[in-house]
Amino acid sequence: MEDTIAAIATALSPSGIGIVRISGSEAFSVAGRIYRSPKGEKKLEEVKSHTIHYGYILDGDEMVDEVLVMAMRGPRSYTGEDTVEIDCHGGVLAVRRVLETVLRAGARPAEPGEFTKRAFLNGRIDLSQAEAVMDIIGAKSEYALKSSLSQLKGSVHRVIDKMREALIYEIAFIESALDDPEHISIDGYGEKLQIIVEKLLADTERLLKTSGDGKMIQEGIRTVIVGKPNAGKSSLLNVLLGEERAIVTEIAGTTRDTLEETITLQGISLRMVDTAGIRSTSDRVEQIGVEKARASAAQADLILYVVDASLPLDENDQEIMELLQDKRAIVLLNKSDLQAVVTEEMIRSQLDKRVIPISAKEEQGLELLEESIKEMFFQGELAFNDQVYITNARHKRELEETRKSLQLVKGSIEMGMPEDFFSIDLMNAYESLGRIIGASVGEDLVNEIFSKFCTGK
Amino acid sequence: MNTVIEHYDVAVVGAGHAGCEAALAAARLGMETILFTVSVDSIALMPCNPNIGGTSKGHLVREIDALGGEMGKNIDKTFIQSKMLNKSKGPAVHSLRAQADKQNYSREMRRVLENTDHLTIRQAEVSEILTEDGAASGVKTVSGAVYHTRAVVLCTGTYLRARCIYGDVSVNTGPNGLQAANHLTDSLKALGVEMYRFKTGTPARIDKRTIDFSKMEEQLGDERVIPFSFSTDPESVQIPQISCWLTYTNEKTHEIIRENLDRSPLYSGMIEGTGPRYCPSIEDKVVRFADKNRHQVFLEPEGLYTNEMYVGGMSSSLPEDVQYEMYRSVPGLENAKIVRNAYAIEYDCINPRQLNATLEFKNIRGLFSGGQFNGSSGYEEAAAQGLVAGINAALKLKGREMMVLDRSEAYIGVLIDDLVTKENHEPYRMMTSRAEYRLLLRQDNADLRLRKKGYEIGLITEEQYQALCRKESLILQEIKRVESQNIGGTPEVQALLESLGSTPLSSGSTIGELIRRPELTYQALAAIDPGREELPGDVQEQVNINIKYDGYIRRQMKQVEQFKKLEVKRIPEDIDYEQIQSLRIEAVQKLKLYRPMNIGQASRISGVSPADVSVLLVYLEQRGRKNGQV
Repeated sequence: MEDTIAAIATALSPSGIGIVRISGSEAFSVAGRIYRSPKGEKKLEEVKSHTIHYGYILDGDEMVDEVLVMAMRGPRSYTGEDTVEIDCHGGVLAVRRVLETVLRAGARPAEPGEFTKRAFLNGRIDLSQAEAVMDIIGAKSEYALKSSLSQLKGSVHRVIDKMREALIYEIAFIESALDDPEHISIDGYGEKLQIIVEKLLADTERLLKTSGDGKMIQEGIRTVIVGKPNAGKSSLLNVLLGEERAIVTEIAGTTRDTLEETITLQGISLRMVDTAGIRSTSDRVEQIGVEKARASAAQADLILYVVDASLPLDENDQEIMELLQDKRAIVLLNKSDLQAVVTEEMIRSQLDKRVIPISAKEEQGLELLEESIKEMFFQGELAFNDQVYITNARHKRELEETRKSLQLVKGSIEMGMPEDFFSIDLMNAYESLGRIIGASVGEDLVNEIFSKFCTGK
Repeated sequence: MNTVIEHYDVAVVGAGHAGCEAALAAARLGMETILFTVSVDSIALMPCNPNIGGTSKGHLVREIDALGGEMGKNIDKTFIQSKMLNKSKGPAVHSLRAQADKQNYSREMRRVLENTDHLTIRQAEVSEILTEDGAASGVKTVSGAVYHTRAVVLCTGTYLRARCIYGDVSVNTGPNGLQAANHLTDSLKALGVEMYRFKTGTPARIDKRTIDFSKMEEQLGDERVIPFSFSTDPESVQIPQISCWLTYTNEKTHEIIRENLDRSPLYSGMIEGTGPRYCPSIEDKVVRFADKNRHQVFLEPEGLYTNEMYVGGMSSSLPEDVQYEMYRSVPGLENAKIVRNAYAIEYDCINPRQLNATLEFKNIRGLFSGGQFNGSSGYEEAAAQGLVAGINAALKLKGREMMVLDRSEAYIGVLIDDLVTKENHEPYRMMTSRAEYRLLLRQDNADLRLRKKGYEIGLITEEQYQALCRKESLILQEIKRVESQNIGGTPEVQALLESLGSTPLSSGSTIGELIRRPELTYQALAAIDPGREELPGDVQEQVNINIKYDGYIRRQMKQVEQFKKLEVKRIPEDIDYEQIQSLRIEAVQKLKLYRPMNIGQASRISGVSPADVSVLLVYLEQRGRKNGQV
């Protein structure tokens, strides 16, 4: 059987129940390590297949959540492998902590579409669905890669880049000396490397701590403000950002030259996407209007549509409303303090969304907006992008691998092992870090050797 | 028509290091084989450095030997100095390198070829590959003679449209002024083969009598020489050795080079071929590593019966007068007389992704190739490929499954896999860092890894194979015994530990535990090991390495297990990637171009993502089930 994977199997919403699924040869023992029955006597490894067990998930001595555990032995399970599903009761945070505990207990985070892939390869999914299975894997992977990169903070990316630069340089030095011992001497190198490895370990620890706080990636509800020029988007943004209750942080975008700002309203994080675009005064009219809405609506969890209530609706508004039909959106009737030409009813007749009259200038109606967002969130209408959690889990896993590899290097140095043993684990660390930023190794090493060190006859 | 027409099973084109191995392997496997060379006097010629082996290349030679090739045996007969490199490092990077008597090396190899049954040597330039129904069916020479064969192995080295260059002098010859092969490229192109143009170079040879060795450091060989071949009696190689000499370039040398760069064909654009980065000319080194104020120069004898010395580290294509000035600026070479000029050489080779890992062309059945023709460099890389190509040509004709070594089995596997799955823009050289499982692919265990394969193929004798089996079981038994051999802190034990700089025992231990201490070895503990019997040296070495690096070795074996999972999943030849809609376009393009044999290979092609690999797995499963249903 294959190695053991885990992921959150349900969409994350604050109110719902979340399921963590574990599949693979070690599924029962992984779950067994962290599960305790009420009286503590039950051994998960020994229970009958297709039974349900009440109990707790423990992280060490600490209880993480009260759960129902479903035990299914292969081949009679979704994937055809031994599978354990943990039904968590404690909401978003609990599901996430259960997953983390499972991963610490020995499972690895599932690749996108991996459960489905295994189900198919194990004959649990009908042949006729093969195409669909392939599509799922393709689409999910694409999405995961994109979101993984867009979620990674620029500062984290830079730290990882630097670490990898240092690593590949040292590996190349060792390897060029091994390759050409008569030209390059490596005597006494262990001591020097020790210092570098200590520093890299400290960097890794810092990143791990960051990922533990969830600060390594950008979480929150991706929120976009759309509307025609002069509808009041930028004043709305300013008001939201200027709110006393809002905690604002500025983050430089990682992949594009955009600015993102996170606002935390009553404990709910909103990632305000592309705020630079809204603030820029030089943008062409069309860009800010419909096209912008179209471009950003696709990737947003929540759209705030700002309408100038003092001007009649035009073609552009129609188009935007068309776009918003099947999106999560709130319509803000701005300038409602002025003489309004557009009414709530007019909007509602065309778009079945919450409509809130506000005045960005006078800072009126903002409480209502906050309430609406909160309501949507707790009714499960709005959800975090659950990809975020698995991304974070994967990153963390890779960082842990990095740490392990670096510690092995340290151990090898301390034990007085020959230098060629160092580079094996240094390379593993380099590859683990590479997976976080989506870089493949390819010919990196050979290129580094030839560009930095003079070897050869 | 008055043309010669003959019939053979296999034609091998070129008698360099690849061609010799290919021809020997095919003939030894019973194939009537004809070996073509432009000059019988240049069989197994070493036109560049006068040595065999070196880091990672030494591994290749050992592997060639384990499979039943000739290179290891030949250098054991003809070396004049030998050294185990990296001895202070881990066993994975120990590498043998021997200085060869070049002429003797050629002569000995020729003697072996001439006395091998089923093998015919023919001096002629092959100008055309004959095909029938998309399969190789023979060759034609410039004289119009036709040789009908069932397989052809191309090992043309650096001879295809070869051009030698220094300064503004450019002559259309192969190495050492030998005749180039100017016709075959056109025939290959007509068959749809994609050609590259690569370049390499060699330094000058200097008259020994004009060198002042007192200004240089002497480089001696090892006191105890270890043979390359597993079949060579270790006592037979304990012979008097010849020294090499070390000196350095200096600022003056670099100044001369810098001042004359405009006269270098490399920088004037006269050379169009792509050169190897790992084997840079001295002008390259001076330009690219401007901060280095000196470079090493090794003076190496070309043989016992010649005064020519090879100037290692100073290959060049600068004009003759600059060469004189440059070499003479080096301490000890002030009065040097050049026997042969340094030069760069350009030649045609193929883009190797047109080959399967069997070294057969994907599009031309029965056509195999090996060596520099495949875009590699080095005698050892060439010999390794030649051996594989020769073996597979024979296996194919015998209707047997061809041999593919994977990356976890041999450096040869890494070499060929890199050639056929990676973008290759320069002559490829082996390096230990290219082998991800190098702890397992050591030069000391090449026989344990590959002899059995050689035996199954038919190049290793029953006797040799039985010897291997005995060795294997001795190693296993002894490891088991040592791991469970308890030992207490007796005065005798403590005294030995102390004398070896190791901390005394505070409680009971096993011999195995002690071997794992960095400062101790299996051999050093003989006196305190109660159950020890005297075992052969190579067995002792294996026991020591396997116990000492046990943890590291086991980790790599686990990685290999993962690696093998994808490697065994074969991709059918008639797969149509266009039909698999979920594959990304880039992946489809790359897969169509490379046509990997298995999923593992596919996963190593740049541009094929892990998700694409998953999609492929699902597709193959779907296909398999469909076929199963029919």
